[in-house]
Amino acid sequence: MKPRDLTDLAFRNLREAILRNALTTLGVAVGVASLVAMLSLGVGLQELASKRLSQSGLFDTIFVTPKNNFRGMGRPQREMQSDTPPRTLDEDARKEMEKLPNVIEVYPQIRFFTEVRFNNRPFATVVAGMPESSRNSGSFDGMQGNFFSSPTANEAILQIEFAKDLSEKPASLIGQDLALRYAERQALPVNDDSSTTSGEPSGGFSVVPKELRLKIVGIVETEPAAGYGGYGNARLLMPLSTASTLRAAQVNDLRDIVRDNTANKTTYPSLSVRAKSPSQVETLEASIKSMGFAAFSLLDASKSLRTFFSVFDLLLGIFGSLALAVATLGIVNTLVMAILERRREIGVLKALGAADSDVQQLFFVEAGVMGLFGGFFGVLFGWLLGRAITFGTNVYLKRQNLNPIELSSVPWWLVIAAIVFAILVSLAAGLYPASRAAKLNPVDALRYE
Amino acid sequence: MPNAETAIQLDRVSRQYSMGGATIQAVNDVSLSIARNEFLALLGSSGSGKSTLLNLIAGLDRPTSGSIMAQGQNLAELTSIELARYRCNTIGMIFQSFNLLPRMTLEENIELPLRLAEVDRGERPGRVREALERVRLTHRLGHRPTELSGGEQQRVAIARALVNRPKILLADEPTGNLDSATGEAILSLLHDVQRQLGMTIVMVTHERPLAERYADRLAIMGDGTLLSASETVKEGAR
Repeated sequence: MKPRDLTDLAFRNLREAILRNALTTLGVAVGVASLVAMLSLGVGLQELASKRLSQSGLFDTIFVTPKNNFRGMGRPQREMQSDTPPRTLDEDARKEMEKLPNVIEVYPQIRFFTEVRFNNRPFATVVAGMPESSRNSGSFDGMQGNFFSSPTANEAILQIEFAKDLSEKPASLIGQDLALRYAERQALPVNDDSSTTSGEPSGGFSVVPKELRLKIVGIVETEPAAGYGGYGNARLLMPLSTASTLRAAQVNDLRDIVRDNTANKTTYPSLSVRAKSPSQVETLEASIKSMGFAAFSLLDASKSLRTFFSVFDLLLGIFGSLALAVATLGIVNTLVMAILERRREIGVLKALGAADSDVQQLFFVEAGVMGLFGGFFGVLFGWLLGRAITFGTNVYLKRQNLNPIELSSVPWWLVIAAIVFAILVSLAAGLYPASRAAKLNPVDALRYE
Repeated sequence: MPNAETAIQLDRVSRQYSMGGATIQAVNDVSLSIARNEFLALLGSSGSGKSTLLNLIAGLDRPTSGSIMAQGQNLAELTSIELARYRCNTIGMIFQSFNLLPRMTLEENIELPLRLAEVDRGERPGRVREALERVRLTHRLGHRPTELSGGEQQRVAIARALVNRPKILLADEPTGNLDSATGEAILSLLHDVQRQLGMTIVMVTHERPLAERYADRLAIMGDGTLLSASETVKEGAR
């Protein structure tokens, strides 16, 4: 029989027992819906995590430190074994890295302990300079107030915990000023005499107390500067350009002064190199290491994350498939019942010239059509279920004063894969009934009342 | 050996069944030659093996031994798919209980063999109408079988059997479910069709008077064997 005739007959047969076939199809749809809803949550969570992580810049950023940095002691340092001589992480190195291919920006990490005065009360905290690119990192989404008005503004964004230290009503801080008291590093002229008498390197810097007034423009609940450099979480954030003009003394300055005599030249304890995409991080990291610096990225963590989500999706898929497995039994049951009911019809078809394969294909197509409709409606139900879960979650998050999230996601590949899977599962369920129908003896079937 | 005038040649055909450990000899060593355009009536009591013989000629069943040649084809040599094609293109069948598919309209029932024979869709409506005209039921095209009388249903079954223009028409007790007047009308129709289309008809029946009136020849079966196959109905008897 031609495929079109086969399909016509299959649809006709399905229409004739519409209630039973609709219920069987509904069973498949519920199974597919459960699978799609589970996977859409898995995909949604993965997308949410990936988006947040990629926006955070952690996965397209390489953290560069001088090779002789003491951080990492106690762990094997592969950088130490390389032949490239260590170099100073200074402005020249920064510019050199900026010229590397696929680099968006190279910025120093500026963090320093300092004292903040607000309403004549002192508060100790860590200040961090934030690059302009962090505006779109996602870390500032849902913040109270605004991001810095310009990269050189004398403005501050406070982390909520610090804001609570300053005032019982953190929101009231926005628009107010605070005083940032810090130690400015001023280079000393080289003293030739001391160098000849003691044999020690000369130069160094003096520390001058300074004060800068910053206007509080926002309060953020996340920790945008967490993980940058490892000096603890910064709780007062200011524009990176503003922070760099302060020449505030940092932790590494004392170490640098005893190590060489280039104290009057700007050196950095660490630099962040942002690549155009995470896929270029590995190559860039190698290039930077070959320049004589230590470099590391969180790419490996990202790979582990992908593995985690793959396993997570697999588990969700297995749980979601259980309902589909039950629905499969429904298809087998429906088609076996149909064989009993249509026994005589099968005999007539064979008497009129239908081959065994025609009968088999007819039952196959009927199973496939149930799978197609079950898959289609299953995707629709699954999507609606995902939306409902997202809606419920967001209502809860709103009550907790948290930002809404897109918890479920049904990408095109999931739509197509779910429908194809439903058809394949239905065809597999139709295997036994179709084969049984094809094997019916036409003489016995025609005699059947 | 069958000659060019032979439509069906049965040569020592036997069919045994095993049922509950016992062997049933449904057809036993039957040899019979049926000429082209002949109308043969197979008579016999219930369980005499006539329907089994008809099923063997139809290719719905295979003989345990012996051979069947139909329209030059040795059915024993045909594969299952070739047998299906033989049933589709060479054979037309009608049954005592009509066996129309109740869910389909008359048009769809009659179109079914055309679908199985993969006849072009464009050609089908004309063929269906032609078959219905032959049984004088064109006005019931869109009706369902349950809306028809028994005689009308059997006429539709004849139209369905004729739509693929078969060379052999096999009828298994076609008047068994009909009153005598309707049964006679059906046999009259079969007789007309046979004359118009030049077909070979093998009809299984219990009704000897009707068979004698319309068939060219009678073959009598009893206990699976062919008791007699030589009776020729006189032309003037019809």
